[in-house]
Amino acid sequence: MAEILRTEQLSMEFGGLRAVADLDLTINEGEIIGLIGPNGAGKTTVFNVITGVYRPTTGRVIFAGQDITGWRPDQITAQGIARTFQNIRLFNTMSVLENVMIAKHVRLKATLSEAILGLPRYRKARQEHYQECLELLEKVQLDDVAFEQATSLPYGKQRRLEIARALATEPKLLLLDEPAAGMNPQESLELMEFVQRIRQEFDLTVFMIEHHMEVVMGVCQRIYVIDYGVNLAEGNPEEIQNNEKVIEAYLGAVDTNA
Amino acid sequence: MEGRARLELMLTLIVVLLTFGVLYIAQGNMNSFYIRVLNLAAIYAILALSLNLILGFTGMFSLGHAGFMCIGSYVAAILTMSPASKEIIYFMEPIHPWLANVEWPIWPAILLGGIIAALFGFLIGFPALRLRDDYLAIATLGFAEIIRIVVTNVIPITNGALGLKNIPSVDSLLVYWGCAIITIFVLMRIINSSWGYAFKAIRDNEIAAQAMGINIFKHKLMSFTIGAFFAGIAGALMSFLITSIDPTMYRFTFTFQILLIVVLGGMGSLSGSVIAAVIFSIAMEVLRFVEQPMNLLGMEVPGIPGMRMVIFSLALLLIILFYRRGLMGTNEFNWSWVLNRLGIRSSHRVKRGEAN
Repeated sequence: MAEILRTEQLSMEFGGLRAVADLDLTINEGEIIGLIGPNGAGKTTVFNVITGVYRPTTGRVIFAGQDITGWRPDQITAQGIARTFQNIRLFNTMSVLENVMIAKHVRLKATLSEAILGLPRYRKARQEHYQECLELLEKVQLDDVAFEQATSLPYGKQRRLEIARALATEPKLLLLDEPAAGMNPQESLELMEFVQRIRQEFDLTVFMIEHHMEVVMGVCQRIYVIDYGVNLAEGNPEEIQNNEKVIEAYLGAVDTNA
Repeated sequence: MEGRARLELMLTLIVVLLTFGVLYIAQGNMNSFYIRVLNLAAIYAILALSLNLILGFTGMFSLGHAGFMCIGSYVAAILTMSPASKEIIYFMEPIHPWLANVEWPIWPAILLGGIIAALFGFLIGFPALRLRDDYLAIATLGFAEIIRIVVTNVIPITNGALGLKNIPSVDSLLVYWGCAIITIFVLMRIINSSWGYAFKAIRDNEIAAQAMGINIFKHKLMSFTIGAFFAGIAGALMSFLITSIDPTMYRFTFTFQILLIVVLGGMGSLSGSVIAAVIFSIAMEVLRFVEQPMNLLGMEVPGIPGMRMVIFSLALLLIILFYRRGLMGTNEFNWSWVLNRLGIRSSHRVKRGEAN
């Protein structure tokens, strides 16, 4: 399996706080990888550093053989990393379809003046994107609400729309930040199936932060555990479940005298 | 194209033609005062539309509009004044020799006014748009004042604090409303294009927009520059309407008048801006009486200049308190709504199935 993302000695400091410390991650093509850790462990910061929201204090991020450390988020998106957000960040004033079409803007092969004059090249390009996005919505089963206001959707569908929007940027690597947050067990189960299905269908690599252990253990092939920004453990679900350091981080030190 | 869409396009064309017809008739029959008020309304409409692009659609809190307007005004005025009147007016210091004999027709002067304002918008936006919210407001306000101070002090070009007089007068409704209609058309096309959605995405959620691959800075700068361009056009028209300008006209208080129109009409609604601009300029004239000496319940009240703005400020206060979305909110005038109200339904319920 070819490597797709690697971080080398990645550190992120905010003032005196070290949110991420000397983190080494390796993700291979086609994998579904989990990133877990207690609250405040620095998981979202890892995502923010990978996607360029923050520039790491030290260390490097290598994506598909290219050093993308310090690139702008939009450049990193263009390179093929898409993400969703822990707190849903949809474009509130737009419809579901319009939300997805935003992702196509950078791929539009026409100029603003062509758009103002309504020239065929612009209209054709836009119409193509329109069709592509409708098809995408069909694949994620949101086509029935394509023309609804994004914010009018139920919570679960908003989450799915965020993923759809990320898919529309045509990524190779998809970062999901707590996709199952606030979902009941049934919805979580559906989400797991959904993630596995889109990984197949869109030929993706998935890297997800998740608190629901059933979800993480259910879909991830490998899991990274971090605490206080430090890599605590790495392994398949079984290894992680039996790792003493992990249990300690989550439940506190095991008192052997008890 | 589906039947309903064709009907709507035809209605739009009819309204545009009708507007020009009405303007043409009004030109012949209305007295010059009314024409002037209507022309002013067109200028305010262009200003409000362009500020709305920056503020309402892209979400940048910019207060530099008076500055861009000032540039457009001066560029157009200097280019179109006759060499003879330039010689008379520039008596403190003679005019720069390059400009002394320039006498352009109005259209290229209007266009160049817009282009130079856009150039300044670009140059100011470059550093300023790295800021956001109140910080951006303060920075743009500062830049607008800098423009005004510079204009006051480059006497060989602008004639300093004395201002410019004898600018060729244009009183044709077609010129002002023609420009306004072109502005509406262009901005409508931009707003409904992929770029317009990118602007709105930035307004709705900057971090998400960036994660969608949109270069935030580039798009903000684009929106800001286009806004400055149309502010410059409006400034140029202002020169031709009032024929004498001086730097004090373009104080930041002027920006607040435009801001008031935008908020009144609805941030994020082009039709709202146009409607509010017309209401504002007519109300400004109608309310003139409150600045006259009055007899209130047996008390003699002397005329207080500026009372009109007090009324507008109160109106703004009430809008912010009770009707925050303004007249139109983020909605636009559209034929579907009108036709549905009239009971003309399309044969089958259509999804809005065409991409813009």
